[in-house]
Amino acid sequence: MSESTVTVTDASFADAVLSSATPVLVDFWATWCGPCRMVAPVLEEIAAEKAGSLTVAKVDVDANPATARDFQVVSIPTLILFKDGQPVKRIVGAKGKAALLRELADVL
Amino acid sequence: MTDNSALHDVIVIGSGPAGYTAAIYTARAQLNPLVFEGTAFGGALMTTTEVENYPGFRTGITGPELMDEMREQALHFGADLQMEDVESVSLTGPVKEVVTAGGETYRTRAVILAMGAAARYLGIPGEQELLGRGVSSCATCDGFFFKDQDIAVVGGGDSAMEEATFLTRFARSVTLVHRRDEFRASRIMLERARTNDKISFLTNTAVLAVEGESTVTGLRVRNTLNGEESTLAVTGVFIAIGHDPRSELVRDALDVDPAGYVVVREHSTATSLPGVFAAGDLVDHTYRQAITAAGSGCAAALDAERWLADTPDPSEMIPGEMTGATS
Repeated sequence: MSESTVTVTDASFADAVLSSATPVLVDFWATWCGPCRMVAPVLEEIAAEKAGSLTVAKVDVDANPATARDFQVVSIPTLILFKDGQPVKRIVGAKGKAALLRELADVL
Repeated sequence: MTDNSALHDVIVIGSGPAGYTAAIYTARAQLNPLVFEGTAFGGALMTTTEVENYPGFRTGITGPELMDEMREQALHFGADLQMEDVESVSLTGPVKEVVTAGGETYRTRAVILAMGAAARYLGIPGEQELLGRGVSSCATCDGFFFKDQDIAVVGGGDSAMEEATFLTRFARSVTLVHRRDEFRASRIMLERARTNDKISFLTNTAVLAVEGESTVTGLRVRNTLNGEESTLAVTGVFIAIGHDPRSELVRDALDVDPAGYVVVREHSTATSLPGVFAAGDLVDHTYRQAITAAGSGCAAALDAERWLADTPDPSEMIPGEMTGATS
């Protein structure tokens, strides 16, 4: 499967997420986190299906602690949807595709 | 691609050790199992650290690694793994139906239920409000965020001991809060926690509330012996008080016990419905180990295989004829 998500770092977060014209769903994850592995393929699918209208970005909290700290992420996976540079929705824990799309529907 | 017009021999729901073992056995028996892994694939082991008691791994293996191996093994033998959640099931009659969260309906002769168990929460004020803001049920996921902080683990079983011990890698101190002064935990796990300098025990203590506005600042606790209330200042609290069977999907369809575990016939994995089998933590309120779950997943596969062989295939039945024989 080719990757439809983009990787974002502490250095690129402001440009890639906060200044993005399209909404960005940011996945805060880490290699050691089992539930993050569960949700990763679901996010790839959503990214592929919503290409153009939604960007799905991944932040590895291990390598990018500053961004995680800025948004008070202390549990992963945490998904935060950013619209016009503002966090508008926060989803904690691994969820199914149908459940995720349902939660995002009212803010997308 | 999965054909959803065909009548499958067996559908497995669940993807812990029970589900994948059932998948491996039914795949090797040429039953072409369709497996709905759900979003929580890998099951409870995905949030554990080292698994030291699964035979065959003399130096231990991590939970996620063990589940990766089982999953790959199921794939290797041709199991059709679908990462979808199941929304509803119809389990009566010779043809059962499984409806996914995506709205697709799949038909099958036999079903193996292996949905496992979900982490239990305390159900106290502040707990759900601060979930992901200092309240966690996954130490391996979230321990990293509590470097040099004072945190608490609630519970008295093996999971609580494992989490407390694991969390000392990050935290400055870990307080293990338990409502009694006896522990369900095994001696080896309890000793490991007791001899760890960073862990202190707060027993005979009930947790009343999680305190904090935007993040956790403490736990409101009560001493169950003298009734005294106090606040334990912590920035994180890990809940490890056990699991409840994930039987919501089938609770109204077949027999479950008062705690929600699916009831199976003794020395069997057969549920109250013909052609429906159940395995793993969904059934087991006694052992709840990776190896017992895998063992019962194997039993469910063998029970399903036998049942399929002894039961006429409805797709081979010609109307007006009762033999079930094909040309």
